Amino acid sequence: MARKLMKGNEAIAAAAINAGCRYFFGYPITPQNEIPEYMSRELPKVGGAYVQAESEVAAINMVYGAAGAGARVLTSSSSPGISLMQEGISYIAGAELPCVLVNIMRAGPGLGGVQPAQADYFQATKGGGHGDYRVLVLAPANLQEAVDLTQLAFDLADKYRNPVMVLADGMIGQLMEPVEFSPYRPAAGLPPKDWATTGTVHSGGRQRVINSLYLYPDQLENHVRAIFRKYAEMERTEVRYELYNCDQADVVIVAYGTTSRIARSAIEKCRRLGLRVGLLRPITLYPFPLAAFDLVVERTKAFLVVEMSMGQMLDDVKIAVAGRRPISFYGRTGGIVPTSEEIVKQVQELLGGRGA
Amino acid sequence: MKIVYEKSRGLTDVPMHYCPGCTHGIIHKLVAETLVELDVLGRTVAVAPVGCAVFAYEYFNCDAQEAAHGRAPAVATGIKRVHPDNIVFTYQGDGDLASIGTAEIVHAAMRGENITVVFVNNAIYGMTGGQMAPTTLVGQPTTTSPLGRSRLGQGAPLRVCEMLATIEATAYIARVSVHNIPRLNGAKRALKKAFQMQIENKGFSLVEVLSTCPTNWGLSPVDSLRWVEQNMLPAYPLGVYKDIEGGT
Amino acid sequence: MTEERIIVAGFGGQGILMIGKLLAHAGMMEGRNVTWLPAYGPEMRGGTANCNVIISDVLIGAPIVTEATCVIAMNLPSLDRFESFAQPGGWLLLNSSLIPRAPARHDVQILAIPVSDLARQQGSLRVANVVMLGACLALTQAVRKESAIAAIEDVLGPSKRHLLGINLNALEAGMAFVTKVQV
Repeated sequence: MARKLMKGNEAIAAAAINAGCRYFFGYPITPQNEIPEYMSRELPKVGGAYVQAESEVAAINMVYGAAGAGARVLTSSSSPGISLMQEGISYIAGAELPCVLVNIMRAGPGLGGVQPAQADYFQATKGGGHGDYRVLVLAPANLQEAVDLTQLAFDLADKYRNPVMVLADGMIGQLMEPVEFSPYRPAAGLPPKDWATTGTVHSGGRQRVINSLYLYPDQLENHVRAIFRKYAEMERTEVRYELYNCDQADVVIVAYGTTSRIARSAIEKCRRLGLRVGLLRPITLYPFPLAAFDLVVERTKAFLVVEMSMGQMLDDVKIAVAGRRPISFYGRTGGIVPTSEEIVKQVQELLGGRGA
Repeated sequence: MKIVYEKSRGLTDVPMHYCPGCTHGIIHKLVAETLVELDVLGRTVAVAPVGCAVFAYEYFNCDAQEAAHGRAPAVATGIKRVHPDNIVFTYQGDGDLASIGTAEIVHAAMRGENITVVFVNNAIYGMTGGQMAPTTLVGQPTTTSPLGRSRLGQGAPLRVCEMLATIEATAYIARVSVHNIPRLNGAKRALKKAFQMQIENKGFSLVEVLSTCPTNWGLSPVDSLRWVEQNMLPAYPLGVYKDIEGGT
Repeated sequence: MTEERIIVAGFGGQGILMIGKLLAHAGMMEGRNVTWLPAYGPEMRGGTANCNVIISDVLIGAPIVTEATCVIAMNLPSLDRFESFAQPGGWLLLNSSLIPRAPARHDVQILAIPVSDLARQQGSLRVANVVMLGACLALTQAVRKESAIAAIEDVLGPSKRHLLGINLNALEAGMAFVTKVQV
């Protein structure tokens, strides 16, 4: 199929529909409004439904209902709205429902600003709401990847009966790049949704209940342990990352999404300066690619973590490197996107000013 | 032997956890009978609240989803949009619907969402132990208004039917009571009408049922019924507040 | 390897974002890597608009342009803000119909084009952006003329097909102006 020039937000929305999503519940917030706008325009054409909820709190609970009814369902928001959804996400994880969430991050805390940021990493990867659970988090760095990962997100959600988040930022949401849509087929072997509430006439009279309430601690512990067996399986089979230029690298930059692109430009500039720099780019933020660090740690002298935050993924990198090499951090926050020149300067300082 | 009465097959065969004298059980029975009589039980999905009726999914003999506190109308919206042929109802108490879930109920009504809401108002928080509700009467003592609800600072009862009836897209709004047999029969008629509205795709319907809480009111079951008549009816007049078909 | 890194800036209603989209669209049709990134948020209130376009033969990293091969300034505030972004030897294209001052830079190639006036001659001020696009193509060869024409056709679509003529004339006018001043 032909390449099409699309905005990131629209590409994500189109990918969702391509993956069979027919229901969207959301509330407007900058910088992700093209997603609900696209869905409100396109879903009715394919027999789906778009509902503009009264709040993100309501939107995520509509997602709960629709997911519990067996549908492929999407919601999207940006940081403050995702905070409001955390209660519902916890319930969805607890009730083991599949759904896809998109967070087009903006700068916080509080009302913050509307420019790009990556400061929701902790919230996205460590649970976010109350209780023991995780959300599988996919972080695209370009729009083709945003399309591919959004489609994959629906399969992974169905496979694990767990929320999957596509975590991007305002820059990826607003950016235009060519994207290509291939005919989509769901992954083979997805489990049937024989738990969905569709009325007992459809289940041979067997009552189906969607629920996250377990008042007896032993039952709840068993339930949580069962959920965590799924997370262990995710950690074994769903880790995704990219290594770029790491074979001879003295410094390995660790960055995801937008900052990984800027790191790439910085690596090219470093190459011209005679500096050997590589990139380790996590694509799944949960599960985090811990083992990928083992592949590069012997050859590299140091790691440089670059984020649009004050240092959140940094903690996971520390766990992965486990003291074997020094780790530096460079972060911009408040909606400022670091430049490749700034990153080059960090690398130069790390390597003792060589190549300046 | 001739069977003159039996438990509705709209209810499961498990003992309910409700306190003696609480009218939740009666209201469950009326809803279950209605679903059976309208022949929709098999395609009904119930949405249970947080509150005393949190285990409603164990009692209604149909598919169900348990919602977060106050979010039942949003959950019901999600279910109904996916399967418009399902009959979807929420069963919510006064804390759930009239306090933490006011945005969800008002906006489900505003959208004219084609669902049915059973709103059980007993003027107190039962599950958590008798705290003040938005529907607590002025002067009524609760564990968080020990001197009685004061109009100054704690306000006065939120009248849900009156409020929702002002919303254009609603189809049927009624307040009923189950404190005596004639009222109970009226409540059944209202519930039937509300579900009929949904079956006919007429839009949002809500039946508020005045209920008792002998445990937290500190009254016997019989005195509780009398308390509904004497104290709740004046504050919460019964009647049909909205009916797009013009009935009363 | 060739890479064009273009900043387009002006005020809302001048078709600023459209210049960028047409460049990116044309670049995509040539099978190249392209990015288009608009400024968004409060910056866009108060009537200013700008976007960054990169057209490259290699994978594009940062889509934010800091060392521009070409800066297009459609009004004075845009020149004030983005003049410094042009890389040495790069192009600085000005809408001289609206910009009264000369640039301060001496290490860049500068062309002042009265695009508003040229657009009026074509019959509508609204095609001033396409006049500028024509000039930009003639100077930078960022994309081929045929690709730009195909992009304009695509973007207009069937519903605005009647506007194709005036847009193509505007593109020609921008290119012709460059040829004339360069001869």
